[in-house]
Amino acid sequence: MISILSNEQTCAGAVTCNLNNGILEVAVSGEIDHHNARSIRAKIDEKLYLCRPKTVRLDLSDVSFMDSSGLGLILGRFTLTHELGGELKVVNPSQGVSRILDLAGTARLITIERGEK
Amino acid sequence: MMPSLTNIVKCSFLAISENEAFARSVAVSFAARSSPTVTQLADIKCAVSEAVTNCIVHAYPPDRFDKPMVEMTLRHFDDNSVAITIKDHGVGIPDIKAAREPLFTTDTTGERSGMGFAIMESLMDNVKVSSRVNKGTTVTLKLRLGVPDC
Repeated sequence: MISILSNEQTCAGAVTCNLNNGILEVAVSGEIDHHNARSIRAKIDEKLYLCRPKTVRLDLSDVSFMDSSGLGLILGRFTLTHELGGELKVVNPSQGVSRILDLAGTARLITIERGEK
Repeated sequence: MMPSLTNIVKCSFLAISENEAFARSVAVSFAARSSPTVTQLADIKCAVSEAVTNCIVHAYPPDRFDKPMVEMTLRHFDDNSVAITIKDHGVGIPDIKAAREPLFTTDTTGERSGMGFAIMESLMDNVKVSSRVNKGTTVTLKLRLGVPDC
């Protein structure tokens, strides 16, 4: 297996990316609102275009707050990952994030994995 | 009998995204004094964020407004309910019914989910929206705080 990035690379801000065997682990921490969604999106998209992973695991366990701007962020990354030939899963959403994901019925579209951290 | 007003706080701030977190913090601080549940605090935080973000994203096209402001008024009543009013003086909403539909958005460039009003309505007891084109929009969020009587 070829690893494009080293096992662990930390993006600036609240996004950490780790590529291993074609799986891009993206961990977001802190708050996701309209104000900071743009920078989080830019950091993730840079890695998506660079790595073109088969699988993206978006870890939201350390997200303390998220509103519908976060929904837009997740759905946008889901779409982009799909366009690049991969699939995106949401991993371990925190309680507050889960509430918003459930309200929007996100699980009908995106795989959500829980309890596997 | 209508509940009586017991406290009121007003603040206004520039309609820039940096102030979204500020507005959330003010609302949570106000509600926290009235024995809310943890979930209720989280719900207020999210609903206020949605309403304020709507003002910042939609109300004030940058080419038409110089110093756009958002006004937030927080009221507490003797039945331990809060009413949080978020008001702008921007472009208004021509069709409120359409705007409240899930997935509706007029912003096609910023990856908006169009779920703002749907989330507000899911989290609050009541959401009232009034708007006049080119006059502005007022959103009022109401929630009864504390553990309900069984």
